[in-house]
Amino acid sequence: MTDTTLNTMQMNERANRARMWKRITLRFGLYAMLILFALYYLMPLFVMLVTSLKSLDEIRSGALLTLPREVHIEPWITAWSNACTGTTCQGLRPYFWNSVLISVPAVLISTAIGAFNGYVLAQWRFRGSNILFALMLFGCFIPFQVVILPMALTLGALKIAGTIPGLVLVHVIYGIGFTTLFFRNFYVTVPAELLKAAKVDGAGFFRIFFSIFLPISPPIIVVTVIWEFTQIWNDFLFGVSFSQAGTQPITVALNNIVNSTTGVKEYNVDMAAAIIAALPTLFVYVVAGKYFIRGLTAGSVKG
Amino acid sequence: MTDWLEKHVPKLVLMPSLVAIFVFVYGFIGWTAYVSFTRSRLLPKYDLVGAIQYEKLATSPRWEVALTNLAIFGILFILFATVIGLILAIMLDQKIRTEGPLRTIYLYPMALSFIVTGTAWKWILNPGLGIESVFRDLGFENFTFDWLVNPDLAIYTVVIAGVWQSSGFVMALFLAGLRSVDGEIIRAAMVDGVSTPRIYMSIIIPSMAPIFLSSFIVLSHLAIKSFDLVVALTGGGPGYSTDLPATFMYAMAFSRGDIGQAASSATVMMMIVTAIVIPYLYSELRSRHD
Amino acid sequence: MKNSLLLTSALALGLASTTANAEPQAEVLHWWTSGGEAAAVKVLMEDFTANGGTWTDMPVAGGGGDAAMTALRARVLSGNAPTAVQLVGPSIQEWFEEGALANINDLAQEEDWDNLLPQPIQYHLKCDGNYCAAPVNIHRVDWIWGNSNILNDAGIEPPKTWAEFNAAAEKLQGMGILPLAHGGQAWQDATLFEAVVVGLGGPEFYKRALVDLDMDALKSDQMVEVFDQMRTLRGYVDDNFSGRDWNLATAMVINGEAAFQIMGDWAKGEFIAAGKEPGKDFTCSSPSNGAYLYNVDSFAFFNVDGEDRQAGQKLLASLTMGKNFQKVFNLNKGSIPARMDVSMDEFDSCGVQSKQDLGAAIEHNALLPSFAHGMAMRGAQAGAVTDVVTAHFNSDMSSEEAVAQLAQAVAASQ
Repeated sequence: MTDTTLNTMQMNERANRARMWKRITLRFGLYAMLILFALYYLMPLFVMLVTSLKSLDEIRSGALLTLPREVHIEPWITAWSNACTGTTCQGLRPYFWNSVLISVPAVLISTAIGAFNGYVLAQWRFRGSNILFALMLFGCFIPFQVVILPMALTLGALKIAGTIPGLVLVHVIYGIGFTTLFFRNFYVTVPAELLKAAKVDGAGFFRIFFSIFLPISPPIIVVTVIWEFTQIWNDFLFGVSFSQAGTQPITVALNNIVNSTTGVKEYNVDMAAAIIAALPTLFVYVVAGKYFIRGLTAGSVKG
Repeated sequence: MTDWLEKHVPKLVLMPSLVAIFVFVYGFIGWTAYVSFTRSRLLPKYDLVGAIQYEKLATSPRWEVALTNLAIFGILFILFATVIGLILAIMLDQKIRTEGPLRTIYLYPMALSFIVTGTAWKWILNPGLGIESVFRDLGFENFTFDWLVNPDLAIYTVVIAGVWQSSGFVMALFLAGLRSVDGEIIRAAMVDGVSTPRIYMSIIIPSMAPIFLSSFIVLSHLAIKSFDLVVALTGGGPGYSTDLPATFMYAMAFSRGDIGQAASSATVMMMIVTAIVIPYLYSELRSRHD
Repeated sequence: MKNSLLLTSALALGLASTTANAEPQAEVLHWWTSGGEAAAVKVLMEDFTANGGTWTDMPVAGGGGDAAMTALRARVLSGNAPTAVQLVGPSIQEWFEEGALANINDLAQEEDWDNLLPQPIQYHLKCDGNYCAAPVNIHRVDWIWGNSNILNDAGIEPPKTWAEFNAAAEKLQGMGILPLAHGGQAWQDATLFEAVVVGLGGPEFYKRALVDLDMDALKSDQMVEVFDQMRTLRGYVDDNFSGRDWNLATAMVINGEAAFQIMGDWAKGEFIAAGKEPGKDFTCSSPSNGAYLYNVDSFAFFNVDGEDRQAGQKLLASLTMGKNFQKVFNLNKGSIPARMDVSMDEFDSCGVQSKQDLGAAIEHNALLPSFAHGMAMRGAQAGAVTDVVTAHFNSDMSSEEAVAQLAQAVAASQ
């Protein structure tokens, strides 16, 4: 081997090693950044968890981010079954079911309506359908405080104020904007030829929906259900305004436990109660998160 | 008869939703606008008295703060949530081994409402209890992070908490978009020797323009509705320096029994919303001519 | 004895005004949701149930009633008002003006409320001269709570005027001790403010400025002095006060991290829950020079249909004024009974002192409604004043500027 070839080989080797080091440091930097971000996201949950397991004395005297000296699970039991939300001290348990009764029908109905609306607006366009879509979309932006009073008047007139069906109706109405948006953006990616061919074959509106569009919809159904469920389960404003004793959702109970004004605050119970109230939505996000991304990938977000 | 039905079925299917939206969105906005021209206090009254509520609003120092805050918070929140969401999505797209768990970690805050997380954030940002005290305990004696209690800076803490909650969702949107970029184009670019950052800047990001718009819509919706966030984190304080139109409107309507003021502030809020949303909808409609 | 007589008469009244068997029903909207408060309300619930009534609880916590007021408005607008609602001060009369309240004057006259309640507070419970609400307690708002250990070590007496307080605070600061524990929420700033107004300006000034909203009083030099004192107080609090909950400020006094807190008598509950004794571990004094700022929690009765619910209202009103409930509730809550003939034997020294001061204040025409807690003015005006107070406290606004803004805000909110 000549000197020059040897030199070139050595230089190449050095360059390769330099590139390898560069890649490793980049990778390292990448993971470091990701973990730093993860800490930012996890911090509040960590604080809540840790506080919920401490005794009140430790909370009163201590710093925030320390692990509990002794682990107490009583706050959790109290939060679920003993905490006072008024003169009843039964914790969150009785209200859990109310939230389920409100959320499940509202999610199902608003998703179904959104699916049909999206189908119409994406595939069965007619003159002015785009404008109608825009008008419906605007409904996503209305702050709920604005509608509470007129809605109270309306629900009263319909004689369903304070009932679970009343709350379901409210959530369905204000969910339609988003569910329609999701489904319409999804169905818009289906080529128009498919519809034309089906029509030529003699299939009607509903037939085409159930045999062609519905089967491809699981990804977007997942996205919609997750979004709607989170919004409805976490809602407080409608829940407190349009419920009465016996129909109050879990957010109202949580608020009663956490936000009592002139009483002694039990922060550990508060944190435990907050986590319990959040468990269904957390569960949905953790378990279905994967399908969430898949659903979004399947064309729902493209313009 | 059945032919006519067949022809009009799509419109009939859409009809219930349209009626609902017209009554419960536009009708209610109209009702609110009407009430904003009355002297309503505890409960709505319907005698029109002209624009006095708007005059009062214009001279209210607190409303001025609320509007300014909406601009500051809105712009920063949307900007940071989008940028951080994009960065996270790009990072996660690099074939990370722990992508699943990391993705869940970034996404889960969206599942929680601020009634749940408000107290935790209040503590974390409080100088005496949270981050500042942790750093000081670690030895950094002069470390200060007291934005939460500073009237001029408190609004930025609202941005921090808001970005925490929403950037994961934006990340999910972008990640989905990144994954659906045509692989062929990227491979061709890589074969041509284009560097990875360049590929991102010139090919991938521009092709995700629709996603930028979608995330803008979601984020501005969240920014305008931000109510729980402010109430839980700062209660509008210190003083009223973190007031937003949504909390102003709520205070007027429900704490102060001044529904006339609430209605006028709500109407102004809706006009701002319209000003932002119309351009987006217009661009949506324009590109729909196929 | 008298109690059961009252109960019987209430029942008789209820039965007499209805046909055969109306079962008293009451859906009660309130925001007493924490452990101690809930236990206190439960006493009433148990009384009610023991008398054949059905109590439906509708608690909505938060913001000193903000969320509850949201729910109330929605309920009234939808034609579905609750039977009884925890309401405070002028909002009772405001609801009456909207035509939403019922009249329980017959019952009140039967039970002689005019002679059982302190005369100066009766007007809060009357709508157009007729009773429409039943009082639960009398809270005193202008208390200074002190940590006995710190005060003893520093050789300081519990302050009875603002001059004494300032002197004590200066001394404490010199010793490196934080004088004032404060929670920086708007209503707490307002609580400080009104104590200063009455302490510096006297009862007459307080009445003219914060009850009558007299422009001369609001723009006076006295008011400038008030804001000066607020600025002085601002110098006695630590930097982290903003957004702090009131009970965390109390904890600072309990733990010896600060010497004083200025807060209503519900702060006593925190001390007691931490095992402290009044007189021994903590002190209670008032900077108001003989004046007494009060807050009366009450149940207002709304217009409802159905004999059951109307019977429920009467029963509830009667039981609320009952001696047993008045005693037990207030023992739990830290306030004192609204009803004057309840024995104070079981109350602690601060409670007894509150009662004595109440009597003295009535005699000297110095019993005044608290503005910070919704007794003195309507919500819109109280809110406007609070906005200015809290903005001033949280900035370096000058006292003159604050007074100007105050006058403007009050004028705009009329």
